[in-house]
Amino acid sequence: MLSLLKNKPQLEPWERVVKARTMGRFTSQDVIENIFNTFYELHGDRHYGDDKAIYAGLGKLGDTPVTVIAQQRGRDYPEKIERRNGMVLPEGYRKALRLMKQAEKFSRPIICFIDTPGAFSGMEAEKRGQAEAIARNLFEMSQLTVPVISVILSEGGSGGALALGVANEIYMMENAVFSVISPEGCASILWKDSKLAPQAAKDLKITAADLLSQKIIDKIIPEEASLERTCRNIQKCLKEGLYRNSRLSPTEIREQRIQKFRSIGS
Amino acid sequence: MSYQCDKCGSVQNEQEFKDHYGVCPQCSNYATLNCYERIGLVADAGSFMEIWGNDGFKDPLEFPGYQQKYLAAVEKTGMKEAVVVGEARIQGIRVMLGVMDSRFVMASMGSTVGEKITKAFEYAGDKQLPVILFIASGGARMQEGVVALMQMAKTASSVSQYSQKGGFYVSILTNPTTGGVSASFAMLGDIIMAEPNALIGFAGRRVVEQTLYEKLPDNFQSAEYLLENGFLDAIITREEMRDALSELLYMHKNTVIISKREEKAYA
Repeated sequence: MLSLLKNKPQLEPWERVVKARTMGRFTSQDVIENIFNTFYELHGDRHYGDDKAIYAGLGKLGDTPVTVIAQQRGRDYPEKIERRNGMVLPEGYRKALRLMKQAEKFSRPIICFIDTPGAFSGMEAEKRGQAEAIARNLFEMSQLTVPVISVILSEGGSGGALALGVANEIYMMENAVFSVISPEGCASILWKDSKLAPQAAKDLKITAADLLSQKIIDKIIPEEASLERTCRNIQKCLKEGLYRNSRLSPTEIREQRIQKFRSIGS
Repeated sequence: MSYQCDKCGSVQNEQEFKDHYGVCPQCSNYATLNCYERIGLVADAGSFMEIWGNDGFKDPLEFPGYQQKYLAAVEKTGMKEAVVVGEARIQGIRVMLGVMDSRFVMASMGSTVGEKITKAFEYAGDKQLPVILFIASGGARMQEGVVALMQMAKTASSVSQYSQKGGFYVSILTNPTTGGVSASFAMLGDIIMAEPNALIGFAGRRVVEQTLYEKLPDNFQSAEYLLENGFLDAIITREEMRDALSELLYMHKNTVIISKREEKAYA
């Protein structure tokens, strides 16, 4: 599949950032509708509320039942406001965690679609423990005994993205970016000028190719001219990933994930 | 050596500073402590033995200007990274003690900080030691990119592994504890304490203000605000810290302690 990437235009990192953020690009919901035979949405964290930035439920990938958890930006402006452009609140992370634990109980693999500029920064998020919610997800996800595969669709913004990213395998779409901080944020902190974001985008090494060579991600999924064909690529990668994991025991699945993260920066 | 209070400007000599645990006698402001001062306040004298003290610079992205920034921090602090970890005793009880020092690149977490925290939990898990961490951090170290981000998952996973073994972990949040560190091992203590008035949060206050266009409460993201909202077990002053820790450690020794008199009564 990598050979499909060979004849693609070589975009600058910043061009990919712009592309990843452009309205009209496929969202998690578009992908979910295309690759799962059925999808049944589930709501709520059982403590506080139902965060619309997390779109989650049960789906069938081929014949395999899976739990699907996605950050959903919204397809038009009214929906973007309702879903806060995919910026998740603590109750969204807690809803995600509830469904992951449920998946584990019923031995269902978990598929996460990451697409967020970052966790929501606001008074309500802080008051309800944004830091605790993200920390708890990292803590609990590391111990799950079912396979977790995370796909970064467009933007993987920092801790807010990682809270759905403690996975056995991480894939990135060809034009997706994944970063510890937004290029604008980095440029304004380091160089006091957010207009230097394109330079920061380069230095931060945030493209799929950069992260594959750093062994942070496992696979780049090629994008095609049509959504259907792009989704076919995603579906194929997910099926292969689930097949690889289906041969591991629950303990091996957990150990593999722990070792994957243990080795980064060691 | 003399110390000047950041808040009211009053000056103390070294002995006064020590006697007051770095708390200003005039205005009660908490001075930032470096890691050695912090260790001196809680560990039994001479008991701290540093481990992995030589773990140093890594530059996975070869990020422009990062090496110079790192070397300047080494020069300023005499440390090799923003966290010091080792074995110590607190009123006789053996512990794994870690202290982050905000003078070193705002104690941001890159691969070396993440690795030392992770190794501390692994070591403590093997030796069945409690873990006491004094935390301060501006968040993940952006010059190390996603490698730094992933240290959040790595450290949280190591706390999780340690917890599975029954280990006891106390995190003490000091000023400031923010970003990727607050959203990983800082918030995962069995007991989470903070120093009075410490700034604790995920997003920076200015970012929150820009998102909201409304006034935030005065105590927003203070230790007191977190206590009120259910995210801390207690706020402990510096003066009480050592005793509070030794009490907590004693209560987690997992042994039933029966006095001679009780033993007789039950026999």
